[in-house]
Amino acid sequence: MNEKSLISLEKIATRDAYGKALVKLGGMNSDIVVLDADLSKSTKTADFAKVFPERFFNMGIAEQNLIGFSAGLAASGKVPFASTFAVFATGRAFEQIRNSVAYPKLNVKVAATHAGVSVGEDGASHQAIEDIALMRCLPNMSVFVPADAQETFQVIKKAAEWNGPVYIRMGRLAVPVLFDESYEFQIGKANVIREGKDAAVFAVGLMVQEALKAAEELSGLGMEIAVVNCASVKPLDQDTLIKVAKQTGAVVTAEEHNIIGGLGSAVAEVLMENYPVPMIRVGIKDTFGESGKPEELLEKYGLTSKEIIKAVQQVYHKKKNK
Amino acid sequence: MKIINRSLFGRGKKMTIIEEMARKIRVDIIEMLTAAKSGHPGGSLSAADILAVLYFQQMRIDPKNPHWPDRDRFVLSKGHAAPVLYAALAERGFFPREELIQLRKTGHFLQGHPDMKKVPGVDMSTGSLGQGISAAAGMALAGKMDHKEYRVYTLLGDGEIAEGLVWEAAMAAAHYQLDNLVAVLDYNGLQIDGRNEDVMNSSPIADKWRAFGWNVIEVNGHDLKQLMDAFELTKNCKGKPTMIIAKTIKGKGVSFMENQAGWHGNTPSPEQAEIALKELKGGMDHE
Ligand SMILES: Cc1ncc(C[n+]2csc(CCOP(=O)(O)OP(=O)(O)O)c2C)c(N)n1
Repeated sequence: MNEKSLISLEKIATRDAYGKALVKLGGMNSDIVVLDADLSKSTKTADFAKVFPERFFNMGIAEQNLIGFSAGLAASGKVPFASTFAVFATGRAFEQIRNSVAYPKLNVKVAATHAGVSVGEDGASHQAIEDIALMRCLPNMSVFVPADAQETFQVIKKAAEWNGPVYIRMGRLAVPVLFDESYEFQIGKANVIREGKDAAVFAVGLMVQEALKAAEELSGLGMEIAVVNCASVKPLDQDTLIKVAKQTGAVVTAEEHNIIGGLGSAVAEVLMENYPVPMIRVGIKDTFGESGKPEELLEKYGLTSKEIIKAVQQVYHKKKNK
Repeated sequence: MKIINRSLFGRGKKMTIIEEMARKIRVDIIEMLTAAKSGHPGGSLSAADILAVLYFQQMRIDPKNPHWPDRDRFVLSKGHAAPVLYAALAERGFFPREELIQLRKTGHFLQGHPDMKKVPGVDMSTGSLGQGISAAAGMALAGKMDHKEYRVYTLLGDGEIAEGLVWEAAMAAAHYQLDNLVAVLDYNGLQIDGRNEDVMNSSPIADKWRAFGWNVIEVNGHDLKQLMDAFELTKNCKGKPTMIIAKTIKGKGVSFMENQAGWHGNTPSPEQAEIALKELKGGMDHE
């Protein structure tokens, strides 16, 4: 896949893929119920509501109750998908997720959209930059961040089949469809989507496409970098991480999330204890977002292939001078 | 198909047996909290009669099959009153009574607040106030979807209803017409820092629940007959959840604990426990 082919790819927002996935899975599993908090048009759960009105519940603007009801439904055998924006799901209802879902290990899927600064014009109040951190530190909770529409479908399917609490992070912005049906998302597995020996980029969400662009460009400069999609942020694939770190000796992480507590932290935790190599985190540098066009904000907050290339060159330099 | 008695004892009769169970539950509460040396006697004692009626007369449950899908559910939204729930479950046969004195001990299944993964018969993990009623309403919604007969009961504290989530759940339960949901308010007038009126005035309570679309019944929460009648009445109410406001006395049954906010989260010394148990075992009513 070269940069040109990346640009020419069809673009679909992961939230759109989520809505379609729900409809498809809803037809296969009658235990699936979907709850929303007055954002069903934005989260795309409205697609499900249209086809399965008797299994869709609008809870109104009451996120704590969205999670509480979901817990009760799960305790009675349902497979609830609870959706709203990532800020409200993980922030407003954090303690409901902690005490009524994660602690009793109930089968609730917190499927949140509008993560990151790519939300755009709504600004910082609506741009979750801390949600991975909040969900990742809860025992019993799994955290998945799909990179494109194809992976979203697979994540939703696997989440529905998996018995336990799951947080799924999706975006508003249309992003290139990187994978075809041969791609496989597995819980607890990272996917090496491009091999390389000079450095590795571990990425999630829309930063996977940026990592691929960076790899393409660096290849032109004579550098081969591995790109690893870490959609299963928790459980994280320690074996693959360590293996790739050993093969490349230099690591960059890339995420549309605060560099504190997200994928970068998770990867650092694993490598620090097992195979420390020079590492740089690309992400939001402990600051809130703002209003603007998604593409402009991604640029402004350093969430681009350009930043990844800079980081790779730095980390490669560190490796060479070790 | 499995046939289970609707309740252990028939309606109306055997009042003395339920009275006896309530007394036993209170004795258990004092014994387990004295052994644990920490926990919440006041709000446990105030709810003993309510749980005796639920577990020995109202609820359709099977102690040998705690996950029976058609069972009635009970969610202790005021989770700190775990001792009253554990006592009721033990007396009803979900686990041996002897386990009760292991309450709050490292490695034992009887956690300080109810844990559904550890304690047979506990339908929802609670402890963080306000969350239980929300989960209970979710269970009631699942029951409706599946056309099940089961009812979902939940017990709240009068301090607890200051939580915003309680009212989110109340609004949604009425919106989805969850007439299989019955909440009971343990209206003992006290919370940790003192009287409800002083800490955060929640009155008029009945009007609020009515305004939220609930069927409201007010009873004396220590009058078994009134409680039974109220629970029966809820079955005729269609299209609305019910709130039974049960006027109670915090610490009920132990003279020196009654109406004392200080006994919310303090446990008796062995000497105090002796006096308490003498009062309870004497079967005397202190009013
Ligand atoms: C969300 C939350 N905040 C605070 C507490 C600490 N707490 C435990 S019991 C209690 C007072 C409860 O009062 P009330 O609901 O009236 O119960 P009762 O008097 O019947 O015991 C408080 C504040 C808690 N368990 N959960």
